[in-house]
Amino acid sequence: MSSIPMIEQTAGKGAARAAQRGLGARRRGAPGGTMRRPGFLTYGFLGAVILGSVFPLWWSFLVGSHDSSVISKGVPMIPGGNFLANAASVLDSIPFWKALSNSIIVSTVTAASVVLFSTLAGFAFAKLRFRGSKGLLVFVIATMAVPTQLGVVPLFIVMAKLGWTGSLWAVIVPGIVTAFGVFWMTQYLRDALPDELIEAVRIDGASMIQAFWYVGLPAARPAAAMLALFTFVATWTNFFWPFIVLDPSNPTLPVALQLLQAAHFVDYSIVLAGAVLSTIPLLLLFAVAGRQLVSGIMQGAVKG
Amino acid sequence: MKRLAFSQKVSKWDVKLSPYLYISPFFLLFAITGLFPLLYTAWVSLHSWNLIGGQGDFTALENYEFVLAQPFFWNAVGNTFSIFLLSSVPQVVLAIAIAAVLDANLRARTFWRMGVLVPFVVAPVAVGLIFNNLFADQAGLFNELLTGIGLDPVRWHSDSLASHAAIATMVNFRWTGYNALIFLAAMQAIPRDVYEAATIDGAGRLRQFFSVTVPMLRPTIIFVVITATIGGLQIFDEARVFDQAGLGGADRQWQTLTMYIWELGWGQRNFGRASAVAWLLFLIIVVIAMANFLITRRIANQGGRR
Repeated sequence: MSSIPMIEQTAGKGAARAAQRGLGARRRGAPGGTMRRPGFLTYGFLGAVILGSVFPLWWSFLVGSHDSSVISKGVPMIPGGNFLANAASVLDSIPFWKALSNSIIVSTVTAASVVLFSTLAGFAFAKLRFRGSKGLLVFVIATMAVPTQLGVVPLFIVMAKLGWTGSLWAVIVPGIVTAFGVFWMTQYLRDALPDELIEAVRIDGASMIQAFWYVGLPAARPAAAMLALFTFVATWTNFFWPFIVLDPSNPTLPVALQLLQAAHFVDYSIVLAGAVLSTIPLLLLFAVAGRQLVSGIMQGAVKG
Repeated sequence: MKRLAFSQKVSKWDVKLSPYLYISPFFLLFAITGLFPLLYTAWVSLHSWNLIGGQGDFTALENYEFVLAQPFFWNAVGNTFSIFLLSSVPQVVLAIAIAAVLDANLRARTFWRMGVLVPFVVAPVAVGLIFNNLFADQAGLFNELLTGIGLDPVRWHSDSLASHAAIATMVNFRWTGYNALIFLAAMQAIPRDVYEAATIDGAGRLRQFFSVTVPMLRPTIIFVVITATIGGLQIFDEARVFDQAGLGGADRQWQTLTMYIWELGWGQRNFGRASAVAWLLFLIIVVIAMANFLITRRIANQGGRR
């Protein structure tokens, strides 16, 4: 448990120092300082990597677009015309639309509340002076290393006591603010929000919460957008806890998807059509915001 | 005059209390959904406790004694470690290799970076279903390819080690690109003059990679390995959907500890025993995370001294 603050101390400072140096002398080009373009071997390797990361999805579509009698003789390498029929079978066998809207609700609400509460806490940690702030921040970081998934049994007992089992509340509430979010916003606001700005609005008579709302939140916007994205994806793909606490009649997408295979007779053309259907929403999100995801991961690596 | 004093007082309290108010949601939530469940797990594990019936008698360490005597418990420990090793080690090595290639002066840089990240948006359950089909024992694509080049098909769903490799492949599929981007960012933060100095000292590009890049990645490697440990030892989703029943195979060939917790708690409705396993897994994770930290630091240090 105490390992993370140690990493933070080594990784955080080392990386921060490195990042600062990097800013001073922005390095471009291959290590060794040459500006030459890499050869076809590099592109060949990368091409293979990308093929590997896209092929399973393509395969899923291939299988999902044929009928089971074709599949049994070997999967053809060109898509068939049966995808819509398979998709219709998916809709018949699992509550797909219910699951889709549940996933949208859970992921959106979670992302919004994580952003709000994390920015609020980040604003306090980064910009307000209060007793114990350093120790409390270290504590927040340390909690990231606690495998809270292992508390499922009591969490389930609590949810049952509240009468929340089977309801979306049981999935949303445990995720409304995360240690990672607090840490991420603290790091960002420390550099992005000048103290003078807060002092200026305070002198103009703004209360603390007004200072947060009119100065803190706008300054946090770029980091908040990335935090929202990551929280959305993480919540959307989450399985273990929703699987335990939700009913098959009121599931999120991953919980519903798994039901396709739990049936007595498994037809892979339908199961994989379902896998494709459930992945489409996030693929669309990726098409729009993939660039932000990439830079979010890279910024997080340098800062965290 | 009085009003002014009052508003000053309010403002003073505003400054004093606001920070605590703003950070309180996190601490409240962590206390309720993180800390309390973890501690309460210990309490539950010391009782006979049924999913439906609720709390029973205090049984001291009986649940632990029972669980530790189960072959399935030790089987799950072995499976978890096997899958964890097969996923974390190749993943870190491959991610560093991909990062090194992405760090080159590429055309269409953003395209390649986004390309390696595609698997990240596929839910583990979907990944599991797709690979379950690719790894099918009869007529699965991977076995077809193996027989195509004259090898014997692998019994992915009955041979223990083969099933671990298959599940590790799913984990690697989803996380390698993500980690590659983390390493890429760290590589780009390495100042250029270090490489210039190495070039002057006559180090070739491969030598530079192993003697400059890898040691400078030390904090990032530690970070990635620790995250992979905490996540990898709790693996559930991919293994759960690797067959229909979801219990880890006929002989529990790929049942992980988290799956075992689920089977005890929700399959057999024995919350006491499930909690005992959860606490044991918690201890294992803490110990491994510490060991990891020490080992990685030592290895990276040696690399730096050379």
